[in-house]
Amino acid sequence: MSNYILIGITCLLLIISAFKSKEKTIFALKKGLKSFLNIAVELVTIVLIVGIILSFTSTETISKFLGEDSGVIGIGIAAVVGSITLIPGFVAFPLAQMVLEAGAGYTQIATFVSALMMVGIVTIPLEIKYFGKRLTIKRNALAFVASIVIGIIMGVIL
Amino acid sequence: MKTVLKYVKKYGLLILSLATLIILFFVDIDTAKVASNSILSQFKTMLLIIPSIFILLGLIDVWVPRETMVKYMGPDSGIKGVILAFLLGSCAAGPLYGAFPLAQVLLKKGAKFSNIMIFIGAWSTTKIPMFLFEGSALGWKFALIRLGLDIIVIPIIALVLEKTTKKEIIEKLYIQAEKAQK
Repeated sequence: MSNYILIGITCLLLIISAFKSKEKTIFALKKGLKSFLNIAVELVTIVLIVGIILSFTSTETISKFLGEDSGVIGIGIAAVVGSITLIPGFVAFPLAQMVLEAGAGYTQIATFVSALMMVGIVTIPLEIKYFGKRLTIKRNALAFVASIVIGIIMGVIL
Repeated sequence: MKTVLKYVKKYGLLILSLATLIILFFVDIDTAKVASNSILSQFKTMLLIIPSIFILLGLIDVWVPRETMVKYMGPDSGIKGVILAFLLGSCAAGPLYGAFPLAQVLLKKGAKFSNIMIFIGAWSTTKIPMFLFEGSALGWKFALIRLGLDIIVIPIIALVLEKTTKKEIIEKLYIQAEKAQK
């Protein structure tokens, strides 16, 4: 749904742009294409790696990791698994719901969901291309710690 | 030798993952099928999102004047810039890898570094469609508390990144953005 809104807005802006100036619009499209080609190989690589990793991590595996192990080890596993996997939200949330219903703690689930969204081990090569090695590693490390902190706070509140 | 190394760096991982997938087809056809299905669905998402993101990138670059960006998200934009960075990131669609090219255009146009980091943080976790999805799957209390914590944590991460990174490194990013988006 949100994808189509994005496409709609883009089309609208593109039409307005074309009305205002054809040259500028063509220039904009050229720039966009160039930026895309710049990272096309990396994008395809990421999709392949994610697909392969995903095929090995079934729902059962993840719920086993997060469900039975509670305590510090469970939180650690939640953070690590969340960081490595790059699961789309529409898969991740129902999965988290199932694991929660299977008896996992709120801390583990919140840590897992947060790490999943904020930390991206698989996309690190791409992020480095834009922000350099040091910043990328620092951002992901900070996000990793933040996921655990968020998880612990949520475990205390809920 | 150097050019060979360059190609290995660019295509090495791609070839390796392709080879893994092909080998997987011979070793474990079921897992390979699961993998190919998820790869296909990811490509579908990419086909939907990627053109829009890069067209938007081009349009921002051509139409948004540097002064406007500096005024609203630049070094002196204060809380206004922070809020705008949050909103831009939260209204986004698509995986995090879409945020990086857009962030680079914002950098090029003179947005403040910490605001860029807030934009990326917001894109990663406070996206509105994802929040709605999270609420319906894990409960609204869960989603709301996590959103609240994210709103606190994201600016802290951005601030720490800005304060602990040397000025020269940040300036280099701006120069790199200028070059890349020419």
